[in-house]
Amino acid sequence: MKARIVADLSELPISGPRGSSPTWWGNLAFMLIEGTGFALAVAVYLYLATVVATWPPAPPPELAAGSGVALVLLLSLIPNFLLSRWAKAQDLRRVRLGLLVMIGVNVLPLALRVLEFGAFHVRWDESAYGSIVWVLLGLHTTHLLADLVETMVLAVLMFTRHADNPRRYGDVEDEVAYWYFIVATWMPVYACLYWVPRL
Amino acid sequence: MSAQPRDTGLDGAALDAALASVWSARPGLLGWFTTVDHKAIGRRYIATAFLFLALGGVLALLMRWQLAQPEGRLLGPDRFNQIFTMHGATMMFLFAVPVMEAVGVYLVPLMVGTRNIAFPRLNAFSYWVYLFGGALLWIAFLLDMGPDVGWFAYVPLSGPQYAPGKRADIWAQMITFTEIAALAVAVEIVVTVFKQRAPGMSLDRMPLFVWAMLVTSFVVILAMPAVVLASTALILDRLVGTQFFNPAAGGDVLLWQHLFWFFGHPEVYIIFIPAVGMVSTILSTFCRRPIFGYTAMVLALVSIGLLAFGLWVHHMFTTGLPRLGESFFTASSMAIAVPSGLQIFCWLATLWGARPRMAVPMLYVLAFLFTFVLGGMTGVMVASVPLDTQLHDSYFVVAHFHYVLIGGAVFPLLGAIHYWFPKLSGRMMSERLGRWAWGLVFGGFNLVFFPMHILGLWGMPRRVYTYQPELPWAGLNLFSSLSAALLALGFLLFFWNAWRSARKGEMAGPDPWGAPTLEWATASPPPPWNFSRIPVVESVSPLWDAPGELKVATGLRLDRRELVLTSVMAAEPEARDSSPQDSIWPFLAAIVTSVMLIWSIFSPWAVVWGSIPVVAALILWFWPRGTPEDES
Repeated sequence: MKARIVADLSELPISGPRGSSPTWWGNLAFMLIEGTGFALAVAVYLYLATVVATWPPAPPPELAAGSGVALVLLLSLIPNFLLSRWAKAQDLRRVRLGLLVMIGVNVLPLALRVLEFGAFHVRWDESAYGSIVWVLLGLHTTHLLADLVETMVLAVLMFTRHADNPRRYGDVEDEVAYWYFIVATWMPVYACLYWVPRL
Repeated sequence: MSAQPRDTGLDGAALDAALASVWSARPGLLGWFTTVDHKAIGRRYIATAFLFLALGGVLALLMRWQLAQPEGRLLGPDRFNQIFTMHGATMMFLFAVPVMEAVGVYLVPLMVGTRNIAFPRLNAFSYWVYLFGGALLWIAFLLDMGPDVGWFAYVPLSGPQYAPGKRADIWAQMITFTEIAALAVAVEIVVTVFKQRAPGMSLDRMPLFVWAMLVTSFVVILAMPAVVLASTALILDRLVGTQFFNPAAGGDVLLWQHLFWFFGHPEVYIIFIPAVGMVSTILSTFCRRPIFGYTAMVLALVSIGLLAFGLWVHHMFTTGLPRLGESFFTASSMAIAVPSGLQIFCWLATLWGARPRMAVPMLYVLAFLFTFVLGGMTGVMVASVPLDTQLHDSYFVVAHFHYVLIGGAVFPLLGAIHYWFPKLSGRMMSERLGRWAWGLVFGGFNLVFFPMHILGLWGMPRRVYTYQPELPWAGLNLFSSLSAALLALGFLLFFWNAWRSARKGEMAGPDPWGAPTLEWATASPPPPWNFSRIPVVESVSPLWDAPGELKVATGLRLDRRELVLTSVMAAEPEARDSSPQDSIWPFLAAIVTSVMLIWSIFSPWAVVWGSIPVVAALILWFWPRGTPEDES
């Protein structure tokens, strides 16, 4: 087959805007998968609430720890937003700082989460209520842990020779987006776990 | 920057030599384990899936042997339970879904005119995870640890009380393996289709098979989390004593059925939608005209994908759900016949007066039309609650879903293998052997499964390992079992044809069928870089626009694996991005992931300790190496 050249792409940039990068879209697709998982787990919670006479079968959860996590996550949006701006500006010094701050921000809800498991006064093997509470908390905790590891790896990476590269700043922006996702998923889970029992 | 070599001005052998130096896999065994070429992975995926088809087929033959006469003694009840479970699980999770995705892995990048799939390392990882998950299931079966709870593993039968031992856990963890693999491929296909289409290939110029794979991938993404959640809850109930499915502790057994079928029904469409993409592709080529009603076909695909999520309760009509709910799901089950019917009319309109070329792929399309319409009709029948209550768990249902799945998906797949075999291997499959195999498969299939409708109406239940001589079922069962030999012979001939043709078949050349889509614009099989220059597209049938000529773009780098990113809607060029190099880490990451998953069948601590090597492998996988691919 004879090739007829009709376009010259040599002037195209070698990385486009964020929305054109495959990793940005891949990140979004994985959020869709995990978001579906969260939505289904909340649906299971609500379904189980309909099959027993009294819900919850244990005392309603204490609000302090879970609300603390919600508050910390909401406040974390500020440094997260700043980090995304610094990454867009490709400001290496500030990006390093922002990642270190985000590691700290990430550890805080994890510490509170330990208290949360106790706040429900129910073990996972006592009742289906206990099971779904632990699974919902566990699912979100897994996301927090995974994100902590990712942020730490990125932070280390930004102190190496590979740091000053638009691709890395893109990675940081993807990480910022993922943190938004983790904050966003906690809100319905928090409402479900702490406020549905009080309805 | 100016020192970077470009393809501008280079031609023919010099261009290909430069591309080969960056795109070729390493020679030898190491290359085999490290390659991230979507064609190598796709071929492997297809071959492995067909191996599982053969294994699942052997199990089917064993069941037919056992049921050929009353009080058969080939298999005992325990072995029979394992065998029907293994047959269903193998066919659904290890053959049907993976093979459709595998064909997508091989063809989608070629059809959209790019050089590799998006996230090619994830693609390699996906294959290995799938292979290890399949091996887990089959090794367990050979050790008499095969699951025996049906491919749907209903609780309480699969729960801790009624299924001691590890058989049900093997099933549940096989789910995890195959879902990881399937979800990974779905993400790759979505991103490949969104971002890597050839310049000019706007959404309304996308081949229908690519549309089908895009819709399928979204169905995978939205459906599979349900079964992952279900199987995880089952493992937790069995391993650490959670109470999800225990009514005595506030759990619910129907919760399992809801979660399973919220995935399980879309699963049917995950298998069926790619198949209709194959049918449209083959029909268009062999009728030598664009498919009738392209926009209607796309809308039908999308609406089938959406409606697939509104049908799951029709698998649960006999569980005593509220009447109103049942009526809703009856209506939605009948509603999906509308877009399906629309497609059939578009195919008939394409065929109208076309004088199609009756080669083997086209014969399979005709077999599909005939068989699938029959399966669709019985589907409309069992969508009605009163009739379903009568026929539920009878052989009528076995007949129905084999008509839908084999007629609706396996026939198009066999046609697709014949059609794209030249692109896979460079050679044509034998037409003569292909016709014999087609006749035996099509005829054999109908002779095996049609009598099962009648057996079901006569009251024969599913999943029985034997039946008494007083019952009136012996004659039709014997007929069905004898016919199974014909069907098996047909498949054997198909396999023999593929094996022989891959070695001695007639050389195909780039475009043996005179087809319109981009995969035929490159050599058969394509080189590792797919296209020496990225094609530029101006219609839905680019190869029919100006025969013998391909519009292309120039200006890409030759010192790294480079491809073109384009905008989602109009496919306007946005950037020249790199595609990752080969790597051993996907393979190693799959090994440590498998260790963690299998270990976690036995101890919950496996998740804690087993995840450490997984994290380490992922870090090493993603750590930049300072190659030209990392530049931006």
